[in-house]
Amino acid sequence: MALNSSPLSAVNSRPDMFGRFGQYGGRFVPETLMPALQELEQAYESAIQDPDFLKDLQSVYREYAGRPTPLYYARRLSEHLGGAQIYLKREDLAHTGAHKINNTLGQLLLATRMGKTRIIAETGAGQHGVATATAAALFGLECHVYMGEEDTQRQRLNVFRMKLLGAEVIPVVSGTKTLKDALNEALRDWVTNVCDTHYVIGTVAGPHPYPQMVREFQRVIGDEAKQQFVNMTGKLPDVLMACVGGGSNAIGLFHPFFDDKSVQFIGVEAAGEGLSTLRHAAPLCAGQVGVLHGAKEYLVQEKDGQISPVHSVSAGLDYPGVGPEHCYYKDIGRAEYVSITDKEAIDAFLTLSQLEGIIPALESSHAIAQVVKLAPTMSKDSTILVNLSGRGDKDVESASRYLEGVIS
Amino acid sequence: MSTQPTVHRGADAITHAFRRRNASGEKVFIPYIMAGDPDLGTTEKIVRSLSGIDVDIIELGMPFSDPMADGPVIQRASERSLRQGLTLKRLLEAVQQLRLDIDTPIVIMTYYNLFFCYGLEAFAHDAAAAGVDGVIVPDLPVEESEEFQKALDAEGIALIYLVAPTSTDERIRKIAQRARGFIYYVSRTGVTGLQKDVSSDLESNLKRLQSLVDLPIAVGFGVSTPEQAASISHLADGVIMGSAIVKLIGETDHMHEQVAAKFLSPIIQVLHNKE
Repeated sequence: MALNSSPLSAVNSRPDMFGRFGQYGGRFVPETLMPALQELEQAYESAIQDPDFLKDLQSVYREYAGRPTPLYYARRLSEHLGGAQIYLKREDLAHTGAHKINNTLGQLLLATRMGKTRIIAETGAGQHGVATATAAALFGLECHVYMGEEDTQRQRLNVFRMKLLGAEVIPVVSGTKTLKDALNEALRDWVTNVCDTHYVIGTVAGPHPYPQMVREFQRVIGDEAKQQFVNMTGKLPDVLMACVGGGSNAIGLFHPFFDDKSVQFIGVEAAGEGLSTLRHAAPLCAGQVGVLHGAKEYLVQEKDGQISPVHSVSAGLDYPGVGPEHCYYKDIGRAEYVSITDKEAIDAFLTLSQLEGIIPALESSHAIAQVVKLAPTMSKDSTILVNLSGRGDKDVESASRYLEGVIS
Repeated sequence: MSTQPTVHRGADAITHAFRRRNASGEKVFIPYIMAGDPDLGTTEKIVRSLSGIDVDIIELGMPFSDPMADGPVIQRASERSLRQGLTLKRLLEAVQQLRLDIDTPIVIMTYYNLFFCYGLEAFAHDAAAAGVDGVIVPDLPVEESEEFQKALDAEGIALIYLVAPTSTDERIRKIAQRARGFIYYVSRTGVTGLQKDVSSDLESNLKRLQSLVDLPIAVGFGVSTPEQAASISHLADGVIMGSAIVKLIGETDHMHEQVAAKFLSPIIQVLHNKE
């Protein structure tokens, strides 16, 4: 069984009873929401120990989402880079085209169990919104998705997909009109309609129990990948690589390897136009500790605590905060966090498309870009396992603007 | 800062404001304004004007980039104020100025990150020196408040807690143990903002709350007319009004302090039994 496969591991003792990973996480929300979070925590804890719930989850993962997703040895990319052997965990092949579905299926199964009839979500690139709308259609629940107005424009295709799936898409015009503002608006909706509504947070951020719950719904990535990698190569990978916005695909991959000390974790943040330009979205690489959206975590913020506008070519990484477990991994040195610029990500987008016939999401292209940098410095008998968290169909329009002249 | 020895500051000033009104059957009135909207100089004028019409406690909102507990009116006001570049430090300086001639208790309301980034102990120290009496932090529930409360208690500043319609008895008891000054009862689930009717379960919720806490209770969120203030005043010890005033100030071009005073006078009449 994938879920809770290693209950004796020390890693499963985190977060603590206050939802903290070291000093990070917690529950910084209006009093109105506290009872709802406690209710959610109890419902989640009872569900995750209930064999029937786990059986239902396994069956939707398998029969509906297309799990397990393949592990693919990227021969041409590996040969091209001339160093480490590269393996791709193909979350892009999961239903709806990204890892986001793992979490939304889990949370909506839970919401159904809790008797909630109305579902709300925030979305940046639209992948989480699409995955939520999809699961809501599957379970017959009313669904409202908040999306920054700027994102509704750069991800028009996903807006249409959500509407097609029966969801209402609500453009958010407050603040910077991007993902963080969509989160604010979803929280405002939840605080107003808390009795009948479940809020599906799309990443390992937000107040406890979200970082833990979303991790447990995403750890299927790492659980599968570990088994697949050992089956293919007879050993563990040397490096795990994943992009980090809020950080759910990365935690999903990393977490099951936590106790495998030989395996190095590298999380890749969005450097946007560069860390020195202030137009980036890299809280772990260039942020300070603060409190946003219910959790203490690293943030891209002004010195006085106002949250800074962030930037990334990838709408899914365009977020000023990051999940508390990543902050903890950074502080204890379990993971290394690096950043990749818009331009490097676009180059990697092109490289993977042309060498492997796989168009990666711009988010995942950040992880690929770091592989392009790192693999040539490693020996040929070493290995990198990359989470290809989503497919790039949604990004073709944005990328075409950058690639004008490169592809004619 | 006032030098008169009889003047209370901090949590004591807030308690005293309630005791003074409630002893004579009157209710405490607490208006909220967004500091720095349209600019800090105007805010100072409005505070002086409100103090002049005998409001009991003044709540000063400090804008935050991500005000998740606020509705559109206060969001827009926050954005206007942030464009003026207001910081918590500048707000404390303004309070210090006001304390030269204003005695009305002042409470600062904003989100936790601004206090956290200022430094919790440094803020408590500077706020006490400036003459701030209390703090309301809408995203700091009792489970997360220990560190800030310790810092504020050391300086005698009240950390004012919110209680919501969804709060269980168990949570209310926990909050009651920690609360200072008064309990801020959120009249309904939702964000700050205007509403037409007072929530129907308000009375029963307030009775439940009164049976569990000793501190005075003020009701806020959605109070916008003298009629609403009057109907709530029978149920609680004080009334908080925010969005209605913030909206008015946002729609006003000049003489904000007179406009605000004119708007609030009838409400004060109702609450202070001066009809």
